[in-house]
Amino acid sequence: MEASVEGRKTPLYEEHLRCAGKMVEFGGYILPVQYPTGVIKEHMAVRTACGLFDVSHMGEVLVQGPDALRNLNHLLTNEYGGMKDGKARYSPMCMENGGTVDDLIVYKVHDDDYFVVVNAANKDKDFAWMSEHCFGDCTMTDVSASYGQIALQGPAAEKILLKLAKEEDIPKGYYSALFDRMVGGIKCMVSRTGYTGEDGFEFYMAAEEAPALWRMLLEAGEPEGLIPCGLGARDTLRLEASMPLYGHELSEEISPIAAGLGNFVKTAKEEFIGKEALARELSNEGGRKRVGLKVTGKGIIREHQEVMVGEKLVGMTTSGTHCPYLGYPIAMAMLDQEFTPIGTQVEAVVRGRRVAAEVVKLPFYHR
Amino acid sequence: MNFPQELKYTKTHEWVRFEDDTTACVGITDYAQDQLGDLVFANLPEEGDDVVAGDTFADVESVKAVSDVISPVTGVVEEVNEELADNPALMNEAPYEAWFVRVKEITDTDELMTADEYASYVETL
Repeated sequence: MEASVEGRKTPLYEEHLRCAGKMVEFGGYILPVQYPTGVIKEHMAVRTACGLFDVSHMGEVLVQGPDALRNLNHLLTNEYGGMKDGKARYSPMCMENGGTVDDLIVYKVHDDDYFVVVNAANKDKDFAWMSEHCFGDCTMTDVSASYGQIALQGPAAEKILLKLAKEEDIPKGYYSALFDRMVGGIKCMVSRTGYTGEDGFEFYMAAEEAPALWRMLLEAGEPEGLIPCGLGARDTLRLEASMPLYGHELSEEISPIAAGLGNFVKTAKEEFIGKEALARELSNEGGRKRVGLKVTGKGIIREHQEVMVGEKLVGMTTSGTHCPYLGYPIAMAMLDQEFTPIGTQVEAVVRGRRVAAEVVKLPFYHR
Repeated sequence: MNFPQELKYTKTHEWVRFEDDTTACVGITDYAQDQLGDLVFANLPEEGDDVVAGDTFADVESVKAVSDVISPVTGVVEEVNEELADNPALMNEAPYEAWFVRVKEITDTDELMTADEYASYVETL
């Protein structure tokens, strides 16, 4: 069956086959959607113990030079001034009209040296966009192919990592990272970040070192309940934690303001690409906004389903699934503003059938 | 993989357990549940609904996706297994106990295979 899946192999491809992963194509890569344990057990392992993910498909771009900071502040909606070395900061990257090119994380290695992590499916588009807008004394280098990336996520993550790394090589604060540290004898960047809503770490290492670290983490974590987890659980976990996924909650048509990510749009900055359009959108009460929906009827709401109030079409869903930890189905949707207050009763059209849901507060899950 | 001898099977991975010539219970096979992954919801017809061999009569939702379930027989829904609503995991854990509907007044069937035929068919997939 594997032979029929087209795409690039990550450095951990052979490890997934050893763990009997069910391989699918995602963002141009061949990755496991799940292992024989199944999505629900993988999801629950991350909420209650720990899970291990191959995220080597993510793209990495180095932004370096005396004008690196000015370039980031021009390209991105968030503010990158005043960051300490080793801090990480999330941002949307927008077009002039406010539509979103991608969302990404920037790490400050030190002055004039930043490490940017972008979505797999967008990395060529992102790199072209960034290079096209590059100015002054600054270089942008796509180093995606030389990195492997592994995520260790869950309440037991720190305990497991302590078996392989010294305490001083483990970042203390959420959204911070340490560079050139040793984990199980392998040189890594260790970041306290993730896409699951749990505490956890992401390790970046030379691609050829990834399999050895993967195996060491699996072995060290096994007594703590660690299991490998696939893309299926990655999606249900991020959805339960209400994190946006590019292509769903954000897109070239959905601005960060509409997606409810206004916190990451700093209109006080002197200038950045999309500032005018986003500032206008902020001051304007119209348009659709992202909400969370809890399914109160029978069924599961998925993405791209119409949301109705009576006979009026009031929006569209962007993601939806059954949430293993919460134990009920949820969805995210873009709704006309008058229907966004908490408690609003709506219906989604699921294959011709109406499924009742209620607007609830985001995030659905908070650790 | 387990395919009980006393059942009949379809190419679309449903099983049929005939109780007499015109009454049968219908569910999805061990192969189907394994392919679909963790099942979390079954959208079932109602008592008295007509079902037609070869047509969709239900759908099942896994965490990732929705899939149609095709009726292997033509008849009338006599009883719906309400237990699946409370415990959809039964479809994964015990697929041959997790019947969806009991159909009466059966007048026609889809092309049905024996357990051995179905096992060989699954081998080719």
